[in-house]
This record gives sequence, C-alpha cells and structure tokens, in this order.
Amino acid sequence: MSVANDNHSFEALTFGLAGEVFAIDAQAVREILDVIPVTEVPGARSFVGGLINVRGKVVPLADFKVKFGMEACEATIDTRIIVVEIDLAGEPTTVGLLADKVYEVTEIGGASIEETPEIGMRWRADFVKGIGKRGTDFIIIPDIDRIFAAE
Amino acid sequence: MPKTILSVDDSASMRQMVKLTLSGAGYHVIEAADGCEALARAGDGISMVLTDLNMPNMDGLTLIRELRKLPAYRGVPIIFLTTESDAAKKNAAKEAGATAWIVKPFQQDQLLGVVRKVLGS
Amino acid sequence: MSGHPDPTQTFLEEAADLLNQLEEALLGLEQSPDDRELIDTAFRALHTIKGSGAMFGFDRMANFTHHLENAFERVRKGELPASTPLIGVALAAKDHIRALLESPDSVDPAVDREVLASVAALVGSPAPVAAKSVAPVSAPVPTIWRIRFRLPADALVRGTNPLLLLDEMRSLGPCTVVPLTEAVPPLAEMDPTACYLGWEVILTTDQGKSAIEDVFIFVIDEIELKIEPATSEDAKLGEILVCRGDAAIEAVEAAAAQQRKLGTVLLQDGQLSADGLRGALAEQKHVRKDAEAGKAAAQSASSIRVPAERLDSLMDQVGELVIAEARLKQLVGASHDPLIKAIAEEIERLANGLRDTTMGIRMLPIGSLFSRFRRLVRDLSNETAKDVGLSMAGEETELDKTVIERLNDPLVHIIRNSLDHGIEDAASRVQAGKPAQGRVHLSAVHSGAQVLITVKDDGKGLDRDRIRAKAEEQGLIAPGAKLTDSELFQFIFHPGFSTAKQVTNLSGRGVGMDVVKRAVTALRGTIEVASEAGQGTTITLALPLTLAIIDGLLVRVGKGRYVIPLSAVEECVELSAAEDLRHSGRNFLNIRNELVPFMRLRECFHSTQKADPYQKVVVVSSGERRIGLVVDQVIGDHQTVIKSLSKLHSDADSFSGATILGDGTVALILDVGHLVATSQANEQRRQAS
Repeated sequence: MSVANDNHSFEALTFGLAGEVFAIDAQAVREILDVIPVTEVPGARSFVGGLINVRGKVVPLADFKVKFGMEACEATIDTRIIVVEIDLAGEPTTVGLLADKVYEVTEIGGASIEETPEIGMRWRADFVKGIGKRGTDFIIIPDIDRIFAAE
Repeated sequence: MPKTILSVDDSASMRQMVKLTLSGAGYHVIEAADGCEALARAGDGISMVLTDLNMPNMDGLTLIRELRKLPAYRGVPIIFLTTESDAAKKNAAKEAGATAWIVKPFQQDQLLGVVRKVLGS
Repeated sequence: MSGHPDPTQTFLEEAADLLNQLEEALLGLEQSPDDRELIDTAFRALHTIKGSGAMFGFDRMANFTHHLENAFERVRKGELPASTPLIGVALAAKDHIRALLESPDSVDPAVDREVLASVAALVGSPAPVAAKSVAPVSAPVPTIWRIRFRLPADALVRGTNPLLLLDEMRSLGPCTVVPLTEAVPPLAEMDPTACYLGWEVILTTDQGKSAIEDVFIFVIDEIELKIEPATSEDAKLGEILVCRGDAAIEAVEAAAAQQRKLGTVLLQDGQLSADGLRGALAEQKHVRKDAEAGKAAAQSASSIRVPAERLDSLMDQVGELVIAEARLKQLVGASHDPLIKAIAEEIERLANGLRDTTMGIRMLPIGSLFSRFRRLVRDLSNETAKDVGLSMAGEETELDKTVIERLNDPLVHIIRNSLDHGIEDAASRVQAGKPAQGRVHLSAVHSGAQVLITVKDDGKGLDRDRIRAKAEEQGLIAPGAKLTDSELFQFIFHPGFSTAKQVTNLSGRGVGMDVVKRAVTALRGTIEVASEAGQGTTITLALPLTLAIIDGLLVRVGKGRYVIPLSAVEECVELSAAEDLRHSGRNFLNIRNELVPFMRLRECFHSTQKADPYQKVVVVSSGERRIGLVVDQVIGDHQTVIKSLSKLHSDADSFSGATILGDGTVALILDVGHLVATSQANEQRRQAS
C-alpha cells in the first residue's frame, strides 16, 4: 500500500463509485455533466468503452469501476460524468469519468492522508495514490496518471 | 467471365495484332478470315464483333447484314474497320446495322479504348 | 519467349504474298483487261497492303500505295480501263512497294514521286505534291465551348451512359456541367428507366471542336447536340442569356430596367427557364474563372505566409460551423416558413463554400516533395557507385501540408534502402539480364478516401527465406507457422530487424524501417510491402486524406451508428434474408458477375441486437480492392467533421476517427483501408490453410 508522499492538502472533488468514496484534484476537473448518450466503441477496452460529446468535442468515457474490479451497475438519477483534463503520455487529454454520485469539493488535508492497513485493499495498490480520511469516511485518492497510462 | 470478341479480317497480321491487343487486356478472341467463316463461328456468348469491310467470299457489309438477321445478334455491338475517307462506306455500314467504327490505321490503345467504351467494362 | 507470333513479321510475309497475288492479277489483266475477279484481286491486295502497312508503321509505303489503290478503285468502278500502260506502271509500282517494305532506306524518295507521277498521268488526277511542306502549325489555343446535348428517352435502356460522355469531355479540359432538368416529369408520371435529362457543358480545351464531336460519335444519330463557342469573359448575364438564346433581347432589356436581379425577374415573368438561367450562370462563372486562371498564370502567383496555427484555428471554426449548419438544417427541415428555409439554404451554401476553400488552403501537390528526391537519388547513385534513374508519376496529387512534411523522412529512408539493399550493381544486373541502370519509381494517386504513395524499385527483391529465418530466430513467429507474403514482409518493420549482410553507412543497422512504420502509423496510415525475388520491391504507403471535413454515408449496425467516407463507397446493395442464409459459410457476394468478399459488421462489432430482416451491403473500395460491408440500415448522407480519437482508443483500428451527428451523439468513422486489409488478410489466411 502506498502512501502519498505529499503532505500538502489539496482541493478535491469527491465522488462515489460502488459504495466507495474517491477524490480527485479539483483543478483537473473541467465540468460535471448529467448522463448523456454514450457511443460504444467496438473493440475498445472495457475501461474506455465509450465516447461522449462534450461541447462539440469527442471525449472518451472511462469507467474506473473496471480498473478497480468493481461490479458495473445501471445508471441512476445520481449518476454523473466528471470531465477532467489529464496528462496522457505528455499530452493534455480531456476524458470523462463515470461517477455513481458526486459529493462535493472539499479540502483533503495532508495530515489526514494515512495508511489504513486494516482495510483490505481489493484493488491494485499502484493505482492508489493514498487514502484520505474525512470524519469517519475513508477516501481513496486514485493515481489518475498511472491508471490511464497502464496497459 | 471474360467477354468474347469475334474478330474478322482476311489479313492474318491484322488478326494477330487484334488478338494480341485484346487478349492482353483480358478478352477472349475468336477469329475468322472472312464473312462466311465468321457466320459459321458466330455462336452464342459473343459479346462483340470486330470486322474489316473488304474481304473475299463474304465482305464485311454483307456479314453485318447477315448477323443482324440472327436474333442472338440483335443487341450485340458490331464495330467495323474503315480507312479514313470512306464516308460512303461508313453510312452503308451503319445502314446495314453496324454500331460503331474504328478508323485504320489505329493504335493499340485506341482499339482498346473503343472496345472498352462499347463493352462497358 | 512464348510462342506468340510477331504480327509485324506476319505482316511482312503476308505482304510478300499479296504482292505476288498482285503481280499475277496484273499479268492476267494484261491478257483479259475486263476480268472483274482479277481487278478485285488486284484492288484488294493493294487495299490490304496499304491498310495493314500503316498499322505496322510502314507509313511511307502506305502513302505510296494509297495512290495506286485509288487508281484501282476507279478501275473497279468502271471509271477507268485496266489499260496496258496502267498495268505496266502498276507492275513497276509493285516492285517499288516491295523495295519500300524490305529496305526503305535504300530507296530514293525521288523514285516514289516519279512512279506516282506516272500513275497520276494515266489516271488523270493531278500529280501528288511532293514532300508536303509543313506549314507552321499555330500552337493550339484553348477555347471555351458550350456544348448542349439531350438524350432520347430510351437511351439508358439501350446502354448509353451519359456519365461516360461527361467523363470524356472532362478529359479534354476543365468543365462546368449543368444538368437540364426541366423535362423531368412529376414522380407519379415518371418512367424510372427513361432518360429525361439533358446536359450543358462549358468546356475549356485546346483540342478543337472535332475532339468534342468525337466524344459523341457513337451516339450522334440519337442525340440532340449543339456545340458552339461560349461567350467571352466579362459578358454580363443579360448578354450571355441573349447570346445563348435563352431569352429574347427585348425581354432582357425590359427586365434590366427593373433594378432587381435580372435572372429573378426573367424567371418570374416566364421569359426564361430555370435550366436556361442555371446554364447561363454556370457559363458566366466558368468563363470568369478561366479568365482569372489565365491572368494568374500570367502574373507570378502572389501569395502570403500564414502561421500554421491560424490555419488550424480557421479549420476548427469551419468545422464547428459545418456541424452547427447540419443541426440547423435538421431543425429547419420541420419548418414550413419559406423565409427561414431560404436563409438556411443560403447558409448551407456559404458553409460548403467556406469548407471547400479552407480545405484547399492546406493542400499542396506532392511534387514539391518528390522533386527533392531527384537530388537524393543522384547523390546516392554516386555514393553507391550504382547507376540509378528516378521516375515519378502523380506529382500533382495534393496532400495536406503537414502530412507532406512528415513524409519526407520516411520516404528518404525507403529510397535509401532501395538503393542500398535493393538495386544491384551494374555488373550483377547485366548478368541477370536486367538493364544496367536501376530504376526507382515514385508515384502518388488518390484512391477513394486515401492517398497511395508507392516506391518501386527493380532491384533484387526481398529474400523471403532470410526474413523468415530471422523472424523465427527472433522468436517472432513459430517455425512452420503459415504466413502470407504481405504478413511476412511486415517483419522488416520490426525494430532491430535487418537481414542485410553488410551494414552500410547509408541505411544503418535496420534502425530505419521501424521508425518509418511508426511515422506512417502516426499519420494514421498503413504501409505494405510487395516483392518478387530478382525483380524488385514495391512499398506502398496508404494515408487517409486528412481532410477534416468529408462527405460520409451514415449507417446503422445494431444500436450503433457509423459513418463511411463517401469517397470510398461504390454502391449499396440489398441482401435478402434468404441470400443472407445462403451466404453463411461463404463470404462472397456475386455482384454483376464479380465476386466481392464481404464482412458482417454486426459480427465485427459484436452487436447483440437482432438483425434487420433486410440487411444492406455497402460496397467500398480501397486501392484496387473492393469489399462489401453488411449493415442493418443505410441512413443517408452526412457531412462529417472528423474528430481524432484520443490515444486511449488508438487500438480501435477499425475506426479512423469520430464525428458528431445532427442530434448531438457521437458516431465512429470507419477506416475503410483497415477493413479492406483485414478482409484480405483473412482471405489469404483462409486460402493458405
């Protein structure tokens, strides 16, 4: 289990996926969309199986649940698409992330990033930058660049 | 299925040149040295007839007329070869039922061009 | 080599034979000058020798014989007697013909003239003029013609193809074509097999009126045809209308006085037909464009430099405009307001014009790249001490500027390889029966939605066995695995794969080819290798035309909609359920007696939705190959702004990009080149196993 080595707090957007809470750097977030039609890409990996239209731009839609081995589920009225800008092999790329529910933008303090060995991590350790805590909730901070780079 | 062309000319060298040109382009060529032989060899499956006008035994004009009498040849294009200034011959051939003409002397690619235009492929 | 007789040789034998026949006939005629058969024989011999002689290049002999043939034609017609002097001259002429056939250079042209003069004297026609003094021919002047033709109603049924006629005219020069549609009846009354159309073509050509007439020789009896010179530049619309006879001069004058658009007024007043107006406007535009082109060619082309990013930004905006216009069109389609519809149409016209112009800005002819290679080949020739000549074709083929720039390095490397490893030294070539000079041929051609660039050499070709051995050695293929040639040759693009026995300065240690492939893939292109041992190697780069806006055909496969670039589409055919069943197991369709392999996109895209009962087959082509793509539904035309797929989807190689449809959803654009290549690879594999 890796621990984020930065002790800086950062502003994060928290969202839910299969009952877990995740947080990503709010700076990377461009916008949050309601569910829109997704075009399936035959032959693509299931992780990025679809394409969406974001203001006239064709953007891949990623589902972290695939990478984290979680079960897929139907979209609900809470489902959102978080449009983020990530660094893909040196090029800034716009990508959409599926989220079951979006919570809020909040600060995640460096002090609250800690190891929690008791929680069995059922997903790849190197996909996780660290675990944060807010109150009683554990917040998983995914290593976005690693997740998208890996293949 | 390669298309079959009936080539009629009393000159062996002309027949050879035509056959070389057309079979090189994928057409199947049957030959005849005069109108009589042509009629004898005019079976089914012929897509086009190419004929000289001046031939012994049965000349081109007569051949064209005879071919047009056959029901199988109603729609078959018949092209005749003519020397340049033969306007009268051209009209006579048209009257007999020819489809088009090629002026002698001609280059190989001119022949191919006309054949392709007529046969469409 | 083969047992094929040489027609020229046959002709010489034939001619010798005919000359004998001629001699016999002439001698016979001396005894019986009225013998029709002998006259016929003589005539026919002369006719055949002349006709065939011209075919096989014996022009001097043919010209000479022509006069004699004419004389005997007249004898045949009874206009001239087969007199003894005539026969005497004919016999001398016959000997002369023989000499001209056997050794023309040893015969003095003066003798030609003498003999012909004797013939002329007997025949009574003026002696043929000696060497025709060649009058200086003025350089052909390009003229603008107006051609109007109308086909009879049964023309199509009888097999006349007006498109071929139009294509032939296009080959004579730049054309503006206007269809004349007024005779088309309403749908209810129309016979779908009949032809109601006429055409007007404004053509600029330097080949003269007879070249235009030749286009129509086969149909001249059946069509209405008028060929006239078009109006000169700067003619006003009114003048053009009168000159063409579309409107009467009084009507034009009256309308001009009204201060409104001349054409509109005349149309409204019934003084002018819609076809006539359209034709006149087309003529005006064509003539003006021609004049401008002339002026532009006269002056040096004036140009300005524009930063590439500005062009990119301009293209993006034009792309957005096109998408927005498509959505507007969809909305307006439901409206009944004529004003809105008119404006929407105007906007469509402007958007299309803008699209075309912007597309053109970035396109450059590839010749600018090719010509750099002349120097390269010359230098390499010296370095390798091999005599190599470079030829090229298709220099005028246009490509996007950035693509051309990025092709430079890969092509340089391929050419280097050719000279270094492909083409043999002069001695080896001569020993192999090849010309001492090696040839490298560059060509570029548009093919469907792609540009095909080939580099072809006539060197020793690739060594299949060595490549195979190397590939097995490197563990890239299992020994005994069956591979097609094109699959095997792809290994030369693997990093570190050089089978060159000598590593030379030039091409290095096989570092080059994998870089070449990567560069081509980065341009979303493919690279293929064909080779024959001992004969040479051909490398073909297939690049998608990076036009950001293309015309596409929208289709549905299962739930998904896809766009096929229209330039790759040849036709659409229906596949009934019964035929569909029949074809499972076989993958070929019979379309007009040609076997066309097909792919079911439902299978390729793993569509789970139930198939439509009547599947459609869209026949597409890439290069020389055609395949059919089986889809559930063909929806229609769609102007497509190509959006690149992100790196995340670089492995989805059936698609060359994506686009946004009128309803806002995303549709994928099919990569026809890739699909065709996959189909061919599958087929080769099937055949190989």
